[in-house]
Amino acid sequence: MNLYYTDLITNSPLLTLTATGLLLILIESTKSTRTRLTFGVGIVGLAVTGVLACFHLTPEQSTFNGMMNAGGYGSYFTIIFVLAAILTFLLSRSYLERMGNNKGEYYILIVFATVGMMLMASANDLIIVFLGIELMSICLYILVGFFRVKDRSNESSIKYFLLGAFATGFLLYGIALVYGTSGSTNLTVIARSFPTVSSNTMFIIGVALMVVAFSFKVAAVPFHMWAPDVYEGAPTPVTGFMATGAKAAAFAVFVVVFDRTLGFSGGKLNLVIAMIAAASMILGNVLAIAQTNVKRMLAYSSIAHAGYMLSGVAAANTEGQSGVLFYLIAYLFMNLGAFGIVGIMEGEDEKNLSIDDYAGLSTQRPVLAMLMAVFMFSLAGVPPFGGFFGKYYVFLAAVKANMTWLAVVGVLTSLVSAYYYLRLVVLMYFRDGKADVPMKPSFAAMVAVCVSALLILQLGLYPSAVVQLVQSFH
Amino acid sequence: MTLESILFYILSAVAIASALLVVTRRSPVISALYLILNFFCLAGLYLTLHAQFIAVIQIIVYAGAIMVLFVFVIMLLNLGDERKLSEGMSYKKVIAVGLAAALLTELIYIIETSWIVLPASTVSQGTDIGTVEYIGLQLFTGYLFPFEVTSILLLVAIVGAIVLAKRKY
Repeated sequence: MNLYYTDLITNSPLLTLTATGLLLILIESTKSTRTRLTFGVGIVGLAVTGVLACFHLTPEQSTFNGMMNAGGYGSYFTIIFVLAAILTFLLSRSYLERMGNNKGEYYILIVFATVGMMLMASANDLIIVFLGIELMSICLYILVGFFRVKDRSNESSIKYFLLGAFATGFLLYGIALVYGTSGSTNLTVIARSFPTVSSNTMFIIGVALMVVAFSFKVAAVPFHMWAPDVYEGAPTPVTGFMATGAKAAAFAVFVVVFDRTLGFSGGKLNLVIAMIAAASMILGNVLAIAQTNVKRMLAYSSIAHAGYMLSGVAAANTEGQSGVLFYLIAYLFMNLGAFGIVGIMEGEDEKNLSIDDYAGLSTQRPVLAMLMAVFMFSLAGVPPFGGFFGKYYVFLAAVKANMTWLAVVGVLTSLVSAYYYLRLVVLMYFRDGKADVPMKPSFAAMVAVCVSALLILQLGLYPSAVVQLVQSFH
Repeated sequence: MTLESILFYILSAVAIASALLVVTRRSPVISALYLILNFFCLAGLYLTLHAQFIAVIQIIVYAGAIMVLFVFVIMLLNLGDERKLSEGMSYKKVIAVGLAAALLTELIYIIETSWIVLPASTVSQGTDIGTVEYIGLQLFTGYLFPFEVTSILLLVAIVGAIVLAKRKY
């Protein structure tokens, strides 16, 4: 292989962010500065990466000897990941200072986790898929346990690590069986040999094992057991980052591997994913009602949202694909925004995390209460917010794929979900209480949540711009 | 029966037996020793597949370096009373064993039914496939990009280990 110059240019977003991460390690090792420089350089690196990705929304090109698909689809996901990382940066700084643990390594790990996600979304080879997942996961294991002195943080880190290692085992076994039957790990080659090997039982089992691994990463039922505990114990901005960025990356792989390469094994796999989607929607929404801790409630809600998005994947048509892509960007803003406000509200030693702690917030902090209400309405899928159109597109895709039952389950469980989302709004506005933030929210964190809310409104009022972009990738 | 298949059956039998012994022995040190035996059997299996380099690496890295780490950890943890490690029966255990047995049956069934139709041409590429030269050539040409990604992965793992272990609060 010749390492062509053009390969480096078309992959410039990825290379820029990797270089940023390496630079941050160097900055951190000099120790002469505080985390301010790490934070600043990281933000600039992420922003440059995002801008470069915007310039590479052109049709895809095969690069690095067929290992990576640069441009198009991968660039769209790069923008999602970079936005998630920037918002997490902005939300994290004051949070970490409040918790007395503002270390530069935190930002380095966020940057490298983003690199891993980008690899996953642009991968054209199962080896790259695997390496991307591992790069992202290792960063997340450490970020979850970043508050080393807290038992809860440690517990969730070890839990995530052990279960994540099992998921990796499933993934590798699946890749091995697919490689054994199709003779290659390259997705293009697998797609070409698909007609001959798709009836092979070993190939189907390999694909099924990969479904298990990816379902674990998106926290879909029945592979969701880790999510509530890990989401609860992790530092709140990290939880937001995991629930949006990491989930988007796993969905990127879902679409790349299953929709685009395999085209689904004669409908069998389709049905399996549809069943996983239905189970996630039902269980996530029903269990979320019983939660009193806001972070746990949002964790169950994120399981349910994985179900909504999986129904778009299960539909396996172009509508489903673009529906998932639209849903992911709307979900990014509403969920990260909600976790941002939870992070602003959270006091030391896990105080202020109960739902009742939000009672009467609107009298003390009207702006925060209003923003939280926006996020909750959007998560519930109320128009005119972005969340509504996300749901609309994935359910429409399910109906078009003759899976009306799946759309019905989705709509019914959305109604259930309105109960626990709106309960928080009712508490904030119609109950007396002394809810307040422990500290005045920092400017950066306020910017992050305000921008998220504005973009949700924008996506809800003018969804066509993003939808047209997303449809151009087919 | 060729020599290759005789070797395969002997090595696999020993590998499975030693793997079972690893998880059933009470003493962690004895478990670790059986694990070494398991690693050697795997190395032998790699040899029968013409993967000389991987076989040697398996012995040097796993049976050598990783094993030393294992033994160090066992010594540092100072597991005095190993009986505490074993638990009684519970309904979860029964379900877990049942599910594992079901998975095993499925896998055996799959391998029985489908390995005949495997595309053989993609697997056999001559005896030089496992040489250091061939692997090195592949690593720095076709697989250069994953190779570089791996280096980033290891770097991040180092950073993470330092984050979790270095500073005292």
